[in-house]
Amino acid sequence: MQPFDTVSGAAAPFLASNIDTDVIMPKQFLKGIDRKGLDRGLFFDLRFLDSGEPNPEFILNQTAWIDAAFLVVGPNFGCGSSREHAVWGLKQVGIRALIGTSFAGIFYDNCQRNGVLAIQLSQAQLKRVAAVISNPVTARISVNLPEQTIELADGTLIPFEIDELRKQSLLLGLDAIGTTLQRAEQIRSFETRHLSENPWLS
Amino acid sequence: MNSPRTLYQKHIDSHTVCPLDDQGHVLLYIDRQVANEYTSPQAFSGLREAGRNVWRPSATLAVVDHVNPTAPVRIATMPDAGGALQVSYFEENCRDFGIELFDVLDKRQGIEHVVAPEQGFILPGMVVAAGDSHTTTYGALGAFGFGIGTSEIEHLLASQTLVYKRLKTMRVTVEGLLGTGVTSKDIIMALIEKIGASGATGYAIEFAGPAITDLSVEARMTICNMAVEAGARGAFMAPDHKVFAYLQVKPRAPQGEVWKQAVEKWKELYSDEGAVFDREVALNVNDLEPMVTWGTSPDQAAPVGSHVPDPAAQPDLILRQSMQRALNYMGLEPGMPLSDVVISHAFIGSCTNARIEDLRDVARVVRGKRVAAHVRAMIVPGSTLVRNQAEDEGLAQIFLDAGFEWRQSGCSMCLAMNDDVLAPGDRCASSTNRNFEGRQGAGARTHLMSPAMVAAAAITGHLTDVRSFALEA
Repeated sequence: MQPFDTVSGAAAPFLASNIDTDVIMPKQFLKGIDRKGLDRGLFFDLRFLDSGEPNPEFILNQTAWIDAAFLVVGPNFGCGSSREHAVWGLKQVGIRALIGTSFAGIFYDNCQRNGVLAIQLSQAQLKRVAAVISNPVTARISVNLPEQTIELADGTLIPFEIDELRKQSLLLGLDAIGTTLQRAEQIRSFETRHLSENPWLS
Repeated sequence: MNSPRTLYQKHIDSHTVCPLDDQGHVLLYIDRQVANEYTSPQAFSGLREAGRNVWRPSATLAVVDHVNPTAPVRIATMPDAGGALQVSYFEENCRDFGIELFDVLDKRQGIEHVVAPEQGFILPGMVVAAGDSHTTTYGALGAFGFGIGTSEIEHLLASQTLVYKRLKTMRVTVEGLLGTGVTSKDIIMALIEKIGASGATGYAIEFAGPAITDLSVEARMTICNMAVEAGARGAFMAPDHKVFAYLQVKPRAPQGEVWKQAVEKWKELYSDEGAVFDREVALNVNDLEPMVTWGTSPDQAAPVGSHVPDPAAQPDLILRQSMQRALNYMGLEPGMPLSDVVISHAFIGSCTNARIEDLRDVARVVRGKRVAAHVRAMIVPGSTLVRNQAEDEGLAQIFLDAGFEWRQSGCSMCLAMNDDVLAPGDRCASSTNRNFEGRQGAGARTHLMSPAMVAAAAITGHLTDVRSFALEA
């Protein structure tokens, strides 16, 4: 997994509430057995016109945000289906972090497991970020994970919270499975006791 | 004395291998997993690439459900290349890693969250995870189920555990008596409307109260299933004698002495007197009416007798904009009576509402009537066993006589990953769980409601209060 340290780039405002994973990655892009080609599917119905041309109205098709590394999003972003394809698609178009007030639970975990930082701010903080980055001239920000800050183009520093466990995993780009399997003996002994106490589980 | 614990806390405590920090993260042991063909392939590929094995193959049941066709005659061949590839890779993975698979021709095939309870694969007290958000369904059996993504599936397959953060807890106490024609679907839709699509984000919900215990086990599943549409990462109901009776006749239920031992333990699965929840919500269903959605989020719902709401009356800017956007997408005008909304399609199906009791509800409404001439009406049973039972009970003939398509089982038009897809502008009365933009097909419009309400709309051709039908017992 690609480690996340300090990342700079444009932040695109996409502030509608309850953006679900069906909108982020529509069904016709879910038919693979690998992670390929999901950059095309991302926000497909919003990003592209019926002709297949980019929709000039959509934020990620506008000059200032075409290479955005961040999305500044509305509440409950990523709700609905568990499809991790949504996060894979975001990564494939170069999104490194999402900044919002709340994320749906499964989506939030999927971000974490793919090295995409999902930052939760207060409403007032998000409003401040959105106001600055919505101007094409001041759209660039810098996200510093070690310091837990977002630096806006006008120099404002916005602090954010993150669990230490999640932070370390993102900073180091850890393989979560490898880390867990270091506890294989502990898992095995728990399992032996658990299944013998509840024989109907085995 | 130990301090009183919620049902949620009991499940997490009994499945914690070890705490991982002091911020609520634990290594959580998972008893069972259900896998499908579309969210699992990359997880198996990950195992293969890292040379890892499946920790406990018998903990996983694999079911083909999302991509298979539901045409009335069952075929093993997937009509599209993507679906065919997913199914063949799924079969290969199950074979290579020793996982039991119900393929499309299996008599036990169906939607994973219908099949797993039906087989007795899910039992009270279990912690269950699956690569599908509606895994919350299993709360109705006193198990803790939650959805996970593909990376977590891989983690689970490799270690039988997940790195897990404890949730906050919410208790929803439901009082009152449901009127005729009002169902558990209306309860959960009313709750989602009340607390919002993110009202339970970060929470596990426990449903309690007399209106819940009055419900059948299948009706309870509908509520737990849709708790995720309020953002809940898990839903619970304390298991009772109805749950034990439901399970005792299932193929994989424990037998003999082990059954007795299990039931004794399951009787301890309730929230202790005095257990503290982070949030309490109360709902009274005495005056509850059948609900329908008018928008593109499950919380955009209203009683069928009301009108399309006016965004201008919404003071919150973000909510107002999302209402406006929803009405544009749905092609509806503020103030219009919901019962004037004309449909083109009616769909009965999904892990929310395609069990045998749902189909009986539909039969009561449509017996001896005809689907409106301009409506295409489909019934996709939740499993092949449900389909067979409906045929044995004579329900299938009632549906066919009324002009419904009687199809094979699968997820079908709930998310339209197979060939059951609506066209732009189609408007569907649907017994499913999500009315998102494009969910049933790009540009298609979905109105969520109970199976009985879908049946009524299919007959009249527009959204209709099912209570205006004379319901047979």
